[in-house]
Amino acid sequence: MTETTTKKKRMLDTKMVPAPSHGIIPERDYYSTPVLEARHLGIEFGGLKAVDDFNLIIGKTEIAGLIGPNGAGKTTVFNLLTKVYQPTMGTIMINGKDTAGMNTVQANKLGIARTFQNIRLFDNMTVEDNVRIGLHNQVKYGMFTGMFRLPAYWKQEKAQHEKALELLSLFDMQDLAGAQAGSLPYGAQRRLEIVRALATNPCLLLLDEPAAGMNPHETEELMRNIIKIRDRFQIAIMLIEHDMNLVMGICEGICVLNYGRIIAKGTADEIQANPTVIEAYLGKKKEG
Amino acid sequence: MKLKKSTVNNIISYGIVIVAFIVCQLMISNGSMTRSLKGQMVPICVYIVMAVSLNLVVGISGELSLGHAGFMSIGAFSGIIGAAWMRSVLGVENEVLRLVLSMIVGGAFAGVFGVLIGIPVLRLRGDYLAIVTLAFGEIIRNVLNCLYFSLDGNRLHVSFNNPAIPGTILLNGPNGAKDVDKIATFPVGFVLILFALFVVLNLVNSRSGRAIMATRDNRIAAEAMGINVTKYKMMAFVTAAVLAGMAGALYGLNFSTVAASKFKFDTSILVLVFVVLGGIGNIWGSIIAAALLTVLPELLRAFADYRMLVYAIVLILVMLATNNPFIRSLFDRLIHRGKPAAQAQRGGAAE
Repeated sequence: MTETTTKKKRMLDTKMVPAPSHGIIPERDYYSTPVLEARHLGIEFGGLKAVDDFNLIIGKTEIAGLIGPNGAGKTTVFNLLTKVYQPTMGTIMINGKDTAGMNTVQANKLGIARTFQNIRLFDNMTVEDNVRIGLHNQVKYGMFTGMFRLPAYWKQEKAQHEKALELLSLFDMQDLAGAQAGSLPYGAQRRLEIVRALATNPCLLLLDEPAAGMNPHETEELMRNIIKIRDRFQIAIMLIEHDMNLVMGICEGICVLNYGRIIAKGTADEIQANPTVIEAYLGKKKEG
Repeated sequence: MKLKKSTVNNIISYGIVIVAFIVCQLMISNGSMTRSLKGQMVPICVYIVMAVSLNLVVGISGELSLGHAGFMSIGAFSGIIGAAWMRSVLGVENEVLRLVLSMIVGGAFAGVFGVLIGIPVLRLRGDYLAIVTLAFGEIIRNVLNCLYFSLDGNRLHVSFNNPAIPGTILLNGPNGAKDVDKIATFPVGFVLILFALFVVLNLVNSRSGRAIMATRDNRIAAEAMGINVTKYKMMAFVTAAVLAGMAGALYGLNFSTVAASKFKFDTSILVLVFVVLGGIGNIWGSIIAAALLTVLPELLRAFADYRMLVYAIVLILVMLATNNPFIRSLFDRLIHRGKPAAQAQRGGAAE
């Protein structure tokens, strides 16, 4: 009985906080098409609304954060954006193009690349081959060219090899190119996932808990690298993360999710001062 | 650097096969090979190609296929009919040319059926896929049991479940093909092995092959990287079907009578045993396992009635031995001499 009343109270509170209807785009991105525009996005699993009325705009070179307590639906949002799940409500526009009816492969070709919360590398392949899989759609030679090793094969394999090493050198991993991906230490596996996602030439990079399992030193390096990636490739990056130092440190816009709904949007300072966020997220954390 | 390494490895692979072939040829020419073993040479080639091609599906693309003999039978019968048609209608007298062309015909037909079967089958995953391939393998055999082909002058007649067709019968329903001209030869079989190795090894080291392995290792990640999973599973399945069809044509043209009952479920399982015993995903293992296990029943003739019992025991012993960590590390040390890193990784992967 008391539980339901607190829940009700929380929901009322949520409604009272005016969530901004637009994302907070950095000024430099005002005049370019936003890379992501999600409108009234939602998905139901057998009546349960895992994500409901999710509105978000991400600027062309923005670093955005998606935070919220466990089970808030953050990864579900990523799965919706990458079309692992088909949304039951709302629209997703990537660079102004509607993605309705697309599958994961088509979404990736439009420019969404992601990493996974539970690392999903191709464990039995080498580090370089993992990156080459990311480069798959930028290399254009067919099955027969590969089977019979026609001149195009040699030329493109060489270009692909160089591109892979160049990408790996972003994280100083070029020396590990020949190692088996599954044998890498945890932090290196996370970095490799980012490199692999970058190799698909995205305009929006989704990072699902990139700092999970990293020590403070590694996290700091990751923060520098995320900014480096954004500056160098001029892409937008959206990340889910529980490490508040990382989120507050590099995210220009932060979106807070609770029970599948956005409860607040704003800059790091605004979010930190927001009473709803403190109650729903930080407050809860203190209790637990 | 990496490219060169894989190319060098491939060249070594071809070299070993070529040396093995020359040794066999020498043994045949100086008479040190028994008659029965000589008769086994073409089937050995056939089973090696079958095992290599099935390994492409089971090992490289990671889908268990239990109907591989179906593609073999399609290749065998289309090859036999193609060979007869080419001789009487096109007047191709050169046996080697006719054999090679029949193998291409067999491969092409098997490939077409590979596409047709692959479309429904590759929508499924895991165990369900295995069961449906098994079903298709049986369907192919049963349909072939009811098919009658005959050659009447220049015209090819086909009938279903009706043996009364004009001309010389080529394929006589459940009785199979009779009076096939035995044009299969060991050298052509050897070339087919080289071709299968060439295709499979090159495919594995190409963009398409990496995509196939990515779909095996992690389907969700592969899709997120923009890889069309069904397309690449299909590529592996159809390539394997074509190779199996070519091997089937070689097999069919090696015997004077061939019936559909030769391509039963047992044959699919036999090829799967070669692949599993040689190591799933290990092309080399497939070749060695296929060669040894095809010869083994002949070598065990001394055991007379207990031949197949001993065969089974040997299978179990080999299986136990290859799974023994000590023997495994011994093999690894032999193969990867002076490369401790590679050893450790291999060991890790085996766990």
